[in-house]
Amino acid sequence: MAALSIYALTGAALVGLGFFGLLAARHLLRRVVAFNLIGSGLFLYFGAAATRGAAPDPVPQALIITGIVVALAASALAVALVVAQVRAAGRATLPEEEDAP
Amino acid sequence: MTAALGLALDAALCALILGVALAVVAGRGVFRAVVFFIVYGLLAAVAWVRLDAVNVALAEAAIGAGLTGVLLLAAHGRLRRAEAAQDLAHGMPWSAALAGGALAAALGWAWFEMPIPVEPGPELAEALPRAGVGNPVTAVLLNFRAWDTLLESIVLLAALIGVWMLAREGDWREPLGRPQHARPGGVMAGFGRVLPPVGLLVGVWLVWAGADHPGGAFQGGTVLAAVGLVAVLAGVIRPPWIGAPLWQGALVLGPAVFLLAGIAGAVLAGGFLTLPEGFAKPAIVTIEVALTVSIAVTLAFLVLGPPEAEGAG
Repeated sequence: MAALSIYALTGAALVGLGFFGLLAARHLLRRVVAFNLIGSGLFLYFGAAATRGAAPDPVPQALIITGIVVALAASALAVALVVAQVRAAGRATLPEEEDAP
Repeated sequence: MTAALGLALDAALCALILGVALAVVAGRGVFRAVVFFIVYGLLAAVAWVRLDAVNVALAEAAIGAGLTGVLLLAAHGRLRRAEAAQDLAHGMPWSAALAGGALAAALGWAWFEMPIPVEPGPELAEALPRAGVGNPVTAVLLNFRAWDTLLESIVLLAALIGVWMLAREGDWREPLGRPQHARPGGVMAGFGRVLPPVGLLVGVWLVWAGADHPGGAFQGGTVLAAVGLVAVLAGVIRPPWIGAPLWQGALVLGPAVFLLAGIAGAVLAGGFLTLPEGFAKPAIVTIEVALTVSIAVTLAFLVLGPPEAEGAG
């Protein structure tokens, strides 16, 4: 149980770190990476919760695998959008943040 | 003694994970963030093994660290010229730190407030012998919660169509992705010849073994996608163009077989996606093989990106 709490709290901290990264980053690719960190932290939290019973519960594990695959699909779409934005605007940041202090 | 040792290992692993994650969000430079994210994915896979979730560990290592890493590295290579002078905000963004800290604290608090369930539910233990496969995660993915997996395979297709829509009009008939050139006799060209046969074997084994051991269509399909990507990056094979009929067939094979099996279940077994007990194992293996083909091709195409002409932007 103590070990599970370590992993759950790590997951919680990862969500916080990822959220911080999502807000603090300017470069859009870094935001995609930070968003992946949030998702991965949630999976870890969820996975630790799934292991609390007598034996690991396969239902959450199957959902996490589904989640990992969908996260990759979403990241691929996000990266393609970032590339399209760079092609159109010539920079990898959002226009309203370009010269913000 | 062993328990204390295990706890120490868990604590050290989590400390490493958090340190690497900190480097991902706070380190200078986009390249550094991407490389640390790949390291993070590998460490997370070890964490999944410690949580008794080997199926998830395989998926995390292959997808979280592997394919996502290739995707991000390739994108970084493309965007290098457009890299902003500053990739992080000026100074310390206190409001973002506060928001992230509050979110983490709320989740941490919720962990100790959650009731502890009796797991896994008795219904699952009772139903597992009738599922047709011994790996409980595969049983959940392809039998008990087949709806989720069917829709997921369609989500992958939707994402791929979204990526393709970002291609420029003139590039429509070009091969997928950027044109790749590997130095003859270089590391990549060597890898491109040595790795694919080994990867092919590992990928097919993961799918086949996934019925009763850790593995399955997603893990095996990802390894096969990686095999294709290595071969393309090394210049051994050329990716097809969007309209190639054989490849389009491979993309929809998995969802189509899955849907047909679901409809057959509705006619024969009294419910959409219900697998009759005697046919569960052959049905699951057939669906898994078809799904693996589609997952492998879809993931490889997603990572390659929209078609692009030589020398374009």
